[in-house]
Amino acid sequence: MSLAVPTLQLDGVTRRFPASNGKGVFTAIEKLSFSVRHGEFVSVVGPSGCGKSTILNLVAGLDHPSEGDVRLSGEIVTGPSSHVGFMLQKDLLLPWRTILHNVEFGLEARNFTPTMRRERAFRELRRCRLTEFADRYPYQLSGGQRQRAALARTLAIEPELVLLDEPFSALDAQTKLVLQRSFAQTIATSGVTTLLITHDLSEAVTMSDRILVMSERPGRIVEEIDVGLPDRENPMARQAMPRAHEIMAHLFNALHLDERIEA
Amino acid sequence: MADSIAASSPDTAPIVAEDNPAAPPPPGRQEVRVSLLPVASLLVLVLILGLWQFLPTALHVPKYIIPQLSDLVREMGRMWQQENLLMHSVSTATMACLGFALGALLGAVFGYLLGLSPLWEKVLSPYILALQIAPKVAFAPLFIMWFGYNAWPKLIVTILVVFFPIMVNILQAMRTVDRDLINLARAYNMSGRQIFWKIRFPASIPSLMAGLRIGATLAVIGVTVGELMGGEIGLGFLITYGEGQANTAMVFDAIFVLTLIGIAMYWVVAAIETRALHYIPKAHH
Repeated sequence: MSLAVPTLQLDGVTRRFPASNGKGVFTAIEKLSFSVRHGEFVSVVGPSGCGKSTILNLVAGLDHPSEGDVRLSGEIVTGPSSHVGFMLQKDLLLPWRTILHNVEFGLEARNFTPTMRRERAFRELRRCRLTEFADRYPYQLSGGQRQRAALARTLAIEPELVLLDEPFSALDAQTKLVLQRSFAQTIATSGVTTLLITHDLSEAVTMSDRILVMSERPGRIVEEIDVGLPDRENPMARQAMPRAHEIMAHLFNALHLDERIEA
Repeated sequence: MADSIAASSPDTAPIVAEDNPAAPPPPGRQEVRVSLLPVASLLVLVLILGLWQFLPTALHVPKYIIPQLSDLVREMGRMWQQENLLMHSVSTATMACLGFALGALLGAVFGYLLGLSPLWEKVLSPYILALQIAPKVAFAPLFIMWFGYNAWPKLIVTILVVFFPIMVNILQAMRTVDRDLINLARAYNMSGRQIFWKIRFPASIPSLMAGLRIGATLAVIGVTVGELMGGEIGLGFLITYGEGQANTAMVFDAIFVLTLIGIAMYWVVAAIETRALHYIPKAHH
């Protein structure tokens, strides 16, 4: 794979849905174009209802654009592919499976022998520091541990691109900080290209290389920010940097948070 | 949200304590009371049995209305020796188990098939509802007219009675499977067959088990009604036979054995459920 070809590229992507009252259409995202380079960590921030989840579904191949193309390493996305792993706010672990078998889940659609599946799953469990929980069931783990298990499952299929849709938003503030660092380290060691969808500005600044700011519906990219901070694998260290605060203040203004009355 | 679930059930596992230092319930009066519960239940039983033995004679209630406890015990012995109680019990239990197994199998198959084809489910749902409401045991005379006085009428009634709660429960479970789980499996390129066996089917197990528990108790009712309607075998037959002879004790005893069969079936299903659903944390009682 050539490094010149972006891992993910959206080119003039528009997605319209029939309106819920049955009449007319509403446009979730309009003429959206951006790309993510190999190994890059890009965040998408924006007000609620700006079509962030639509982007996720389009890139995962679960939905198709009304206009424009979504390309993965140059190839147009036509359906779900094994090159994309995604993670939601919900961990989506299967409660009837042990953590090990949950991590193996994504590999079961491939021609893997059980031994190969197990080896791969244990490698990811080690990376996410969950080896000792391999034989536990999801209910026996804390919320943070479950999200780490979900990341292990996502990375086990060795995706070219990982989509994270607000993976930390259901956690309490402290667990969130610890987990963000844990994810940042894991993603740095695996070198995987990542697209994070979030509404948490500080999360976007401390974790990513680049931030795309979206407008309200129909979602468009109104600004692109190069974070340009060191220590991507340590969000807590970045949190303390003055430039991080500048970017956060800038984002705060860009999203007109101070002018908004309705939450 | 995930955290709040873990926090609300502090007994799930000690590991949770790492992120959720939930306090264990304070020991003391609560625990003492819980340990006394079986004793209290037993005392209630002894009280009722005692009343049954002495109250009818004290109130001058004749034996053909309410026999004494000792009459019931004596009659049980007589039924064992002279009425072939064992054979009748085995027949009823076999029919209940067979009808339960067939009804559960059919109910499950139809539940999953309809659950996988929303179109058919919509087309058939008014009729399913009608059949669900129709009293299935009332079909028994019809089946006797069709098949005669043999095992078929009671077996078919039992199958019908067991079929619906299981089918409806599975249908409900198939409708409420988490869409995100299905999408996750689709994103992993899984086929429809894989999605069924890896997501939909295991996700439906709690509802299937709840349906089976209801079905196990209904099966005994189905068989009994079938036996009451006609035929010469089974505990339901012993009930009508005892009624014809004005042998109240015999009727009571047959009901008692029927209840035992129902409880045994319920226990077996509940034991299977506990094993099958081990991954669901137990709630506080």
